[in-house]
Amino acid sequence: MSKDELIVKLKQIVAPYIQDEEAFKNLSEDTDFINDLKINSANLVDVVLDVEDEFDIRIENDDMEKMLSVKAVIEIINEKLAVK
Amino acid sequence: MKNRVVITGLGVVAPNGTGLKAFTKAIKAGKSGITHHQKLADLNFSCCIGGIPQVSEEKKLAYLTPLQLRGFNSNGILYGCMAGIDAWKDAGLKVDKNSELDFDSGTIFGTGTSGIEKFREAIYKVDDKKVKRLGSTVVVQTMASGVSAFLGGILGLGNQVTTNSSACTTGTEAILMGYERIKSGKAKRMLVGSCSDDGPYIWGGFDAMRVMTYKHNNTPENGSRPMSENASGFVPGSGAGALVLESLESALARNVPIYAEVLGGHVNSGGQRGGGTLTAPNPKAVVACIKSAIERSGISSQNIDLINAHLTATTKDALEIENWTKALNRKEGNFPYINSLKSMVGHCLAAAGSIESVAAVLQIKEQFVFPNINCEAVHPEILALISEEKIVKAPLKTKIDIVAKASFGFGDVNGCILFKKY
Repeated sequence: MSKDELIVKLKQIVAPYIQDEEAFKNLSEDTDFINDLKINSANLVDVVLDVEDEFDIRIENDDMEKMLSVKAVIEIINEKLAVK
Repeated sequence: MKNRVVITGLGVVAPNGTGLKAFTKAIKAGKSGITHHQKLADLNFSCCIGGIPQVSEEKKLAYLTPLQLRGFNSNGILYGCMAGIDAWKDAGLKVDKNSELDFDSGTIFGTGTSGIEKFREAIYKVDDKKVKRLGSTVVVQTMASGVSAFLGGILGLGNQVTTNSSACTTGTEAILMGYERIKSGKAKRMLVGSCSDDGPYIWGGFDAMRVMTYKHNNTPENGSRPMSENASGFVPGSGAGALVLESLESALARNVPIYAEVLGGHVNSGGQRGGGTLTAPNPKAVVACIKSAIERSGISSQNIDLINAHLTATTKDALEIENWTKALNRKEGNFPYINSLKSMVGHCLAAAGSIESVAAVLQIKEQFVFPNINCEAVHPEILALISEEKIVKAPLKTKIDIVAKASFGFGDVNGCILFKKY
């Protein structure tokens, strides 16, 4: 899956949780979930669950801790998809 | 410092009316909110009827955000938020997520259990070794204080934010706790009330105890029969009631309409002695609670115009009436008017005291007595104590100055409040 395709899917996933519309509109690889999108830190686990469902992958604790930005999430999704 | 405490806002989500307007209309008309629930029948419940408020998906979005409603499965919290937000707005206060933190306003919003359906979902996932799949929504929806936590955030409350729990006395107790806080000067405004979940998982235990009626599965609207000769157990209900309590000084300064004054009240327990058990009241304590509430309100029992009773439609109804006659030292033709909202909405459990208190206050505000439905033939033991004309069976327009509201709960706990026209 191309990076752009992944970003489109990820944008749909984070949409319910974002608190900053402007940052969401300009979402890019460099966007940070907490600092830019102002996602409540408690909701990060929900984002991870939605990523698991969307891509049919399982994300373990070590990976989960890294999933704070669009870039980090794309890397982890690609890793998981590669070994599927 | 002893502040006078008044009611400046009301909100209600009841089986026979969602919102103050619909509820007022319903109780004036004696409209039942009890319906048959196939889900209960499918699960082999003896009692397949109950009171569940009607709330559309669209309506939910008027109170909670799409994010709050994501993975949301706690109807008690939903009803509590709806009633609480309505009461807040009714009091002329703003609901604004960017509002300034208000250290003078708090909430005491009770419940019996929280998010029992959500809890069930979680238990299945945990047992299936999928604890990680619970997400972030389980804790806030299943913690007992979930409802006050939701409301505290929605309204930006900076005073005490907590949840009380005392079975079917919960709602009445919450009002008195908020009243005490304002009276003693610790808060200017308290949103008080209570809520209850509905459905098989909360009602099942009562069904197993055989305290709910199984005789009206085909005639749900006739099922809840407080004081009736053929009362055969309570009908479960649910929903939420909410009141904004405020110091008289604050209400006058804001120049807002006042529904009524909270004169005072009392809570106590029978200690499960002298006939009291985990599930039955010690009559001595009930009488003491009502007497103390009247005394603390600085009125005479002769001034009470109406009793908004607990009366659930079980075999204990006559005992409750007897306790009232003793506590008030009034009987037969000298007894005040008496009614039980449960005839229309069922027993809303933890939400009962607050929904019924909203009804009590409305009767003062609009000067009427709502009818006891399903009480065509009054129980003879009750007729031996009070005159039949005191059991109002058709809507009555009359002067109502002081209403006594009482609730009694499992654990042998009691609560009684006196409301007065301002």
